[in-house]
Amino acid sequence: MALSRDEVLKVGTLGRIHLSDDEVGAFATQLSSILDYVGKLSELDTEGVEPLAHALDVHNVLRPDEPHESLPTDLALAEAPDRAGRFFRVPRVLDEGASA
Amino acid sequence: MAPTDLTACQLVEQIRDGRMTAVEAAEASLAAIEQLDGTVHAFLSVDLDGARRRAQEIDRRLAAGEDVGSLAGVPVAVKDNMCTADGQATSCGSRILENWHAPYNAHVVERLLAEGAVIVGKTNLDEFAMGSSTENSAFGPTRNPWDPERVPGGSSGGSAAAVAARMVPIALGSDTGGSIRQPASLCGVVGMKPTYGRVSRYGLVAFASSLDQIGPFARNVRDAALLLRATAGHDARDSTSVRREVPDYLSRLDEPVENLRIGVPKEFFGEGLDPEVEADVRAALGACEARGATLVDITLPHSTDYAIATYYIVSPSEASSNLARYDGVHYGHRAAEHETMIDMYMRTRAEGFGDEVKRRIMLGTYALSAGYYDAYYKKALKVRRLIRQDFDRAFAEVDCIMGPTSPTPAFRIGERTDDPLAMYLSDVYTASCPLAAIAGISVPCGFTGSGLPVGLQILANVFDEERLLRIARMVELAADVPDRRPPVCEEAA
Repeated sequence: MALSRDEVLKVGTLGRIHLSDDEVGAFATQLSSILDYVGKLSELDTEGVEPLAHALDVHNVLRPDEPHESLPTDLALAEAPDRAGRFFRVPRVLDEGASA
Repeated sequence: MAPTDLTACQLVEQIRDGRMTAVEAAEASLAAIEQLDGTVHAFLSVDLDGARRRAQEIDRRLAAGEDVGSLAGVPVAVKDNMCTADGQATSCGSRILENWHAPYNAHVVERLLAEGAVIVGKTNLDEFAMGSSTENSAFGPTRNPWDPERVPGGSSGGSAAAVAARMVPIALGSDTGGSIRQPASLCGVVGMKPTYGRVSRYGLVAFASSLDQIGPFARNVRDAALLLRATAGHDARDSTSVRREVPDYLSRLDEPVENLRIGVPKEFFGEGLDPEVEADVRAALGACEARGATLVDITLPHSTDYAIATYYIVSPSEASSNLARYDGVHYGHRAAEHETMIDMYMRTRAEGFGDEVKRRIMLGTYALSAGYYDAYYKKALKVRRLIRQDFDRAFAEVDCIMGPTSPTPAFRIGERTDDPLAMYLSDVYTASCPLAAIAGISVPCGFTGSGLPVGLQILANVFDEERLLRIARMVELAADVPDRRPPVCEEAA
């Protein structure tokens, strides 16, 4: 099942990875061949088979609702690409003119 | 005998009774790294000062009569996808985390430190543990100590090579689809993936959260058992780690398993298996039989091709979610040029990730997307249950399952890099094990005619590590592989 260039671009956008024109072409070919291979699962009859997401019988592991120490702010900010005081500085998120 | 030829168990004994110091062991390891790693490139980071300081501290405490732990003074290497807060970077073999310094130690790193080990450095890997050859590292491949023109396997190729080349006696790796067992096989060392949940993943940079497990590399089964015992156990910070006591894996290690029933799946001996690999594995099986084990023909209908297909849907899907955090916001690389926030994400990730990582994120994103989720991801999870059922049926009849770890010995660097699918098929015998959460180990069982190592894989049911290690010890004795130094060590001598 061949992946079109448009589909590759769409997946790239969903996965937040910018792709060059050359990359779109190369990935389209490679991903198509991989998807062909993994598509062989359709040969199997899985009627009535429950999906197995987690192979161990462990569920909803919780701890008591007690406050614990968290990562100190300075440590959390230590590797920030751009830091402003106690904040991570990032490009504008809201559009100009958006109401508060 | 040179300190680097000693096993970890021997080192511990000698260091504890004063015949050797931790500093001597550390210096021997660092000297071996200096001598060999220019060729092998097992390490991304070597902590000369830290290792020396730590070894001196161990010696001080020993002199004061303290019990420093079960890994007293042993030099250890850690795969670079496990967080170390000791000044060394944790890069995951990626430009997106190049020079990133973790703010905390992984649970397994804490355990190594608590048991007196000396961490000498961080080892090379396929980027974010995605690969079967260590060629996907952003910082250059690692070379197989048995033939430097060949790959060490992957993704834990650095750790496997470091142990094979005797730079360290033991090392930690991680296994998601075979990433400990396959490089162990290609490098002629022991490598084990414990049952899912046996070892805490806290501080292991996540690739596929329902599959990843940390495990030991060693030159022999006893040392692997030693390292597993030191690192296994419940950790409240990993909600998938289980509350189960850790047995003393060493105490009964040399006790053979009586009336051992070994399942031999026909699917593990099909097309694509190198004849020399098959010959060595069958010879080892024959040796086990000669020592009283029974070989039982079994079938695991979903364990090879279908398991690869399942693995290459499930793991990229989980990875697409786990790697979403690398967006240039909080840590790691951030693209210098961008217009909007989304643009920043897209350029950061385009610049920071290598091709294989991009492929897998896209595969996973596609498999989980609307319109494809049922056909791919949900279907894969149903087949995952079929794989699990294959093993349940098998373990009702046999104690363990044996076969080759890898269909071929180590292949040449560059041989499979143009064909992602050919690379994926390296995992044909190893991918089913993590999908079913069961334990697996690769043990050296011989060499090909041209001197390349061959590994035998043993699979056991969940939480059966104690018996699995005893069986591995039986195979080790039966296969009786000569204790040879790899060519890279001899050339340097």
